[in-house]
Amino acid sequence: MSTAVDMPRFVRAQQVEALPPPNLARGPVAWVRENLFSGPFNTLLTLVVFYLLYISVPPLAKFLVIDAVWSGSDRAACRADMGGSETGACWAFIWEKLNYFTYGSYTVSERWRVDIFFALLAVGVGWLLWLKAPRRDLGAVYFFWLFPVASYILLTGGNADFSGGFWLGFLIFGALLIAVFALMAAILKTSLRPALIVGGGIVGFIGITLALMDMDFGLQHVPTSLWGGVLVTLLVATVGIVFSLPFGILLALGRRSKLPIVRMASVIFIEFVRGVPLITVLIMANTMLPLFLPGDITVDRLLRPLIGTALFSSAYMAEVVRGGLQAMPKGQYEGAMSLGLNYPQMMILIILPQALRIVIPGIVNTFIGLFKDTSLVAIVGIFDVVKTIEASRIDPNWAAPTIGLTGYAFAALFYFIFCFGMSRYSLGVERRLAAGQKR
Amino acid sequence: MTSQTIQAAAVDPKAESAVQMIDVHKWYGEFHVLRDINLNVRRGERIVICGPSGSGKSTMIRCINRLEEHQKGRIIVDGIELTNDLKRIDEVRRDVGMVFQHFNLFPHLTILENCTLAPIWVKKMPKKEAEEVAMHYLKRVKIPEQANKYPGQLSGGQQQRVAIARSLCMSPKIMLFDEPTSALDPEMVKEVLDTMVGLAEEGMTMLCVTHEMGFARQVADRVIFMDYGQIVEMNTPDEFFKNPQHERTKLFLSQILH
Repeated sequence: MSTAVDMPRFVRAQQVEALPPPNLARGPVAWVRENLFSGPFNTLLTLVVFYLLYISVPPLAKFLVIDAVWSGSDRAACRADMGGSETGACWAFIWEKLNYFTYGSYTVSERWRVDIFFALLAVGVGWLLWLKAPRRDLGAVYFFWLFPVASYILLTGGNADFSGGFWLGFLIFGALLIAVFALMAAILKTSLRPALIVGGGIVGFIGITLALMDMDFGLQHVPTSLWGGVLVTLLVATVGIVFSLPFGILLALGRRSKLPIVRMASVIFIEFVRGVPLITVLIMANTMLPLFLPGDITVDRLLRPLIGTALFSSAYMAEVVRGGLQAMPKGQYEGAMSLGLNYPQMMILIILPQALRIVIPGIVNTFIGLFKDTSLVAIVGIFDVVKTIEASRIDPNWAAPTIGLTGYAFAALFYFIFCFGMSRYSLGVERRLAAGQKR
Repeated sequence: MTSQTIQAAAVDPKAESAVQMIDVHKWYGEFHVLRDINLNVRRGERIVICGPSGSGKSTMIRCINRLEEHQKGRIIVDGIELTNDLKRIDEVRRDVGMVFQHFNLFPHLTILENCTLAPIWVKKMPKKEAEEVAMHYLKRVKIPEQANKYPGQLSGGQQQRVAIARSLCMSPKIMLFDEPTSALDPEMVKEVLDTMVGLAEEGMTMLCVTHEMGFARQVADRVIFMDYGQIVEMNTPDEFFKNPQHERTKLFLSQILH
């Protein structure tokens, strides 16, 4: 029974049952018609795209795969005048130089240490990124403490050789830190014991870390000037990513702080760093940092750009995080406050988990930007992947017309794999989080 | 106003009063939003506050747990005077539960986690015990079966009942309700009001901003009518509805009671 328009009165006698949608058109032909040729404009776009694919994909495939040279031990394979082929990419060159692209000039007999570093990094990243992994709390301890210390020992050879003066300085610093904690406890009128335990714990923790770095494991010392390639790129990117997020969060909170000095300091830092190109920051970190430090302290030449990129990306991260904080409704703060949560609890338990979730795309965007920006450390003489390719490109042993193109194609592939991986991972996380909590 | 005189308040934890507001004033910039508020709420008393929008009702009860700061006068909650001292503010908030118009549940936590969060982190209750307490109150608001869902999966009425349970998990001495039914579909108002009536019958001290006059008649000990940031009239519900004194009250009641 249907409702007639001209009926003066109507009472429904029976429920209208749910029906399946009409079976208009299904299958591939219908899909193509609906999605590719649904109107004149759409049809035109489809044809243009097909044409562009037609003129770009076949030559690319021809160069990269079909005509490519896969084996050979020197330029002869990739030069027409020496009997080789020069219409396609010269993968033989990449294969030959792969060790250099991976380790730079790292001492050949010690390269197993770098391999272990790669393996440790993969384990750490996998542990933390796999959301259902067991004991992710231990994973965090591993990634943020054990892994960095082990990497330092492995890569440099450890045995930092701290002087007696250094240890004396550390003792004074430790005593001061504990005193500060005790003082804070006295000011806040809380009991002294936990403050002493926390202070002592921090000092002991730093002490153990330093002692491990100082210990002699009998490994040969490899100076950072020899490091290069994928090793340096991953190192700079990992350090930048790991430091930029927490620093960025602190800066974002600082910028929204009610304390004028904290707010001013955050704003000045963020606006200054964002207003300056990364290359400038790197050159300043490289040449000006030593000027500000006392003469007998030298900062490692790899550490300088490491600090530079981390600070640079944390300024960008701060603005991304601030965007998330702005998006939080006031009610969430009020709900948290009305339950008696204090500021750190409110931020860590309620606000940041939600705010960071909103800005996952922005965070990953910053990470991807940072990963590619690591190629700029070459400007201060660090041999990252791109720089090692640059250096190999002019090797007379491999002088052939396609070498440059091949090298850059390899670089593109390397960066693409990592950046695309990050992008896909973040999409997965977004989807997973969205499934749990529909608003 | 009423014959009630407010003693110069001595801070006394065993005071008869749950909430004392003495000559409270508040400004938003130039705008004088609360004017000369004097209110003494006894323990176990149920107070309903009504008035046109913008009359300062919400602001007044939000001053009680310091979501809003007052600029003049004194507010003493459960024997603790509210000042800039953060520690005292936290103490007061621990004892004062609040239910909001828009629920303000935490959408990234399950219903159970919403309820156990504050007991675990603020009261340092062991997780297991907190969960038992939470389930107890979720049963009381009649939605224990939703414990593992997220707030976004519940109806408005259910969410508001969770919000009430969440507050109760802190075993508050005073409950503030800020228009708890205004954002609900009409079908869901009753389930929330029933929960609140149950709470009132158990002797909870309640301050409730609402336009549900049936609720006011049923449970309130006193009804307060506010306008232009002032308490215009305060009386028992019988007298208030039958025999309003002030012109503004009469006008207001004539508009909301048909």
